[in-house]
Amino acid sequence: MKTAIIRYNAGNIQSVAFALERLQAEYVVTDNPEEIAGSDRVIFPGVGQAHTTMQHLREKKLDLLIRSLRQPVLGICLGMQLLCRHSEEGNTPCIGIFNEEVKKFQADAQHKVPHMGWNRVVYNLRNSHPENDDLNRVQFAHTDDFYFVHSYYIPINSHTSGFCEYIKPFSAMMQKDNFLAVQFHPEKSGKAGEKILKFFLTSF
Amino acid sequence: MLTKRIIPCLDVKNGRTVKGINFINLRDAGDPVEMAATYAEQGADELVFLDISASQEDRKTMAQWVREVAHVVNIPFTVGGGIKSANDVAPLLEAGADKVTINTAAVLNPGLIEELAKAFGSQCVVVAIDARKINNTWVVHTHGGSRPAGKKLYSWARQVAELGAGEILFTSMDHDGTQQGFAVDALLKLNTLLHIPVIASGGAGVPGHFLDAFVLGRADAALAASTFHFGKIKIPELKKFLSQHNIPVRL
Repeated sequence: MKTAIIRYNAGNIQSVAFALERLQAEYVVTDNPEEIAGSDRVIFPGVGQAHTTMQHLREKKLDLLIRSLRQPVLGICLGMQLLCRHSEEGNTPCIGIFNEEVKKFQADAQHKVPHMGWNRVVYNLRNSHPENDDLNRVQFAHTDDFYFVHSYYIPINSHTSGFCEYIKPFSAMMQKDNFLAVQFHPEKSGKAGEKILKFFLTSF
Repeated sequence: MLTKRIIPCLDVKNGRTVKGINFINLRDAGDPVEMAATYAEQGADELVFLDISASQEDRKTMAQWVREVAHVVNIPFTVGGGIKSANDVAPLLEAGADKVTINTAAVLNPGLIEELAKAFGSQCVVVAIDARKINNTWVVHTHGGSRPAGKKLYSWARQVAELGAGEILFTSMDHDGTQQGFAVDALLKLNTLLHIPVIASGGAGVPGHFLDAFVLGRADAALAASTFHFGKIKIPELKKFLSQHNIPVRL
């Protein structure tokens, strides 16, 4: 069982690698398409700016590769946002697994932007997301605090499997087919974060 | 709801923590890695490490212990001490630090804030401001609080935010070490003026001081050193106390 962490110009790759080491998971940090495609699981991390990051991914043809993956894929933070259709950040077309628009938080008197710190998420962990019309029957059985750092968010949609609220409710977690995506940083979210990583590595 | 953050601060000299002598259940109270892991286990929301080594030469080990901390600790942490340029920052972030903090270097070269924000993102640039009241005016100090910088707290804080800092770590030198409470008035003013998070520092002695910093000072986070290191306040009890007083905290 080998997990590939996609290497690109993102900030938190080392932290994700260390988190996998703490869980004693075998991993490789790579931008080699064959190595990524041949791994059992793929983590698409990300801290950075959407436009420059997409440009970098396109130059390396990693955008097409990510779209073609059939093994379990975990997108983290910017990685989650880039799995959407489009981001307001730099008016950037993204990879398009989730047909969603990434929007910018509008600060107000009570809320500073970025949304930074620990916030509560109500979520479920399932192997595959149920059909949209089943959403009402999904048990959102887990509640934990996770560490967030972001200025852009994905609204609630039919793929949302974890809810958080800051200024407005937004998607903290989404699931579609073999793709799991989280807006928070599981690698920096203490025991709760480890629970998510373990779920991805063993059960997703 | 976004929770209020509790942040222990560790001073590191030549790769060893200082002040950690009374900390319970540590095999090696001088090991930054073990202290960090213990605080993370106890429910600290973030950690700040300040390298107070005397010379750049002694700070060469910084990236090394930062890497060791990142390897073990599963919560965000900030490192500072002697950072003067983007070249100093890159290895620390690559080693696994989440944020860096600058103080004197920002006062001497405010452009550094902008440079770091552009290169690494605002979210990882924490500007520390040390200030004390002189003739009823909050005056910024540099070089570990030893020199007046010729800047006033509020205008400097505003400039820091405009230049792209992600957070301000405000230490009241008048309150630091007194264990008589945070500088609540100045915190409230800063939090009213600024649209970036403010971390309260200096003066923590009892759990009620944290409550005051959050309720009266509207701080986003509160930092303390000795009061945690000496076990005077234990983080799980502090958080329970805050929660009982309706402060959102991560339990």
